Amino acid sequence: MVAMNDVLLAVLVLIGAPIIGCLASGIDRKITARLQGRVGPPLLQPYYDVKKLLSKDNMIVNGSQNFYVVVYLIFIVLSLLMLVFKADMLMIIFVYTVASVALIVGGMSTGSPYARAGSSREIMAILSYEPVLILYALAIYLLTGTFKLSAVVEASSPILIYTPLIFIAMIVVLNIKLKKSPFDYSTSHHAHQELVKGMLTEYSGPGLATVEIAHFYEYVFLTGLIFLFWASTPIIGVLLGIIAFLLVIVVDNITARVYWQWMLKLSWTFLLVISLVNIAYLYVSGVKVV
Amino acid sequence: MSLAKSPWIIHVNCNSCNGCDIEVVACLTPLYDAERFGVLNIGTPKQADIMVVTGSINYKNVNVLKNIYNQIPDPKVVLAVGACASTGGIFHNCYNVIGGVDQVIPVDAYVPGCCPRPEAILDGVVAALSILENKKKGNIKGKEVPLKGKEVPSNA
Repeated sequence: MVAMNDVLLAVLVLIGAPIIGCLASGIDRKITARLQGRVGPPLLQPYYDVKKLLSKDNMIVNGSQNFYVVVYLIFIVLSLLMLVFKADMLMIIFVYTVASVALIVGGMSTGSPYARAGSSREIMAILSYEPVLILYALAIYLLTGTFKLSAVVEASSPILIYTPLIFIAMIVVLNIKLKKSPFDYSTSHHAHQELVKGMLTEYSGPGLATVEIAHFYEYVFLTGLIFLFWASTPIIGVLLGIIAFLLVIVVDNITARVYWQWMLKLSWTFLLVISLVNIAYLYVSGVKVV
Repeated sequence: MSLAKSPWIIHVNCNSCNGCDIEVVACLTPLYDAERFGVLNIGTPKQADIMVVTGSINYKNVNVLKNIYNQIPDPKVVLAVGACASTGGIFHNCYNVIGGVDQVIPVDAYVPGCCPRPEAILDGVVAALSILENKKKGNIKGKEVPLKGKEVPSNA
């Protein structure tokens, strides 16, 4: 009976997550347009885009590039499912990294100079956000005594109370991972003068549609990581995720693209230091949420 | 219907004087906001549906134009914007000019004018949408246009 419920939940996530992600993407474009004084596309525009891309011809440079995209999609879905089933936090981060690396390898395999530039920048992005993610997992371990997310959900008090600095760092990580300005240099709608389409330059039709669908899942997965900060009361957790997402969209519209060096400096000085201070506090005070 | 709701555009400047290019870019500004029709100005031909060409074709850029045309996946539509792209304009019969875009690749819609107003360009895009849908329904593929050598014909 329990297994039956699990299967139902998995199916619900598989169907529901892209719908939520699609709406989030549409809201993103609508808010961006409003902030620029435009009317903006319809709310369902990302869905129309994906539908169109699926009906287009598939133009590929080599036989393997679409395989990497499918790997990306599968591992994103897998990490989202692991998050929903409250699995091991460290394992989730590793699975999620495999997804990001698959996309980078796909971009590199095409051999286009723009795809290569975008892919190497994405590697820099991984280099700058990964330590913060690991420290987030470490904070969960120090607070609950286990990497299992079920302990976070069953905890009596939210972990945000003890990890405010890591929360700030995670907002920036959300910004980097959603590829929003000021960190939108690996692949961006706005950079086509100098970067064409970055990592995704050589993708067309169904291949690009797969990437878009994976992005929908990724939206839900990343806001899920923010949700964990207040998982003890799900309503507040969801609100927290939505607020973080809207904040990232606003920041996207009011900042300009920076050099990747700036992001690396920001993350390896400021973000890493405040995360370590937070970890040191947790270690020294020995607080637990149970 | 899916194609008409999200036409992505690649803008190709073939030796244009920048007049038409400014007008094409003006379509994306808040005043005209082409994105409300789902139009995106995309950088790579592999993701584009509509090819917007400005400027006349000469022996220097003809291979670039053909190359970009060949890289757009089907179904695709070519929109010639401006007098130069339609017929060659004031550069018609110049020693280095081949003529309008239709001398080299098949053109589906023309937007005449020097330079055309942004409303006219948006009209052209809307006209191209139904052609795009028809091409999808009829499964009409664009032929691959062979690249030429760099030689200039003796009569030019």
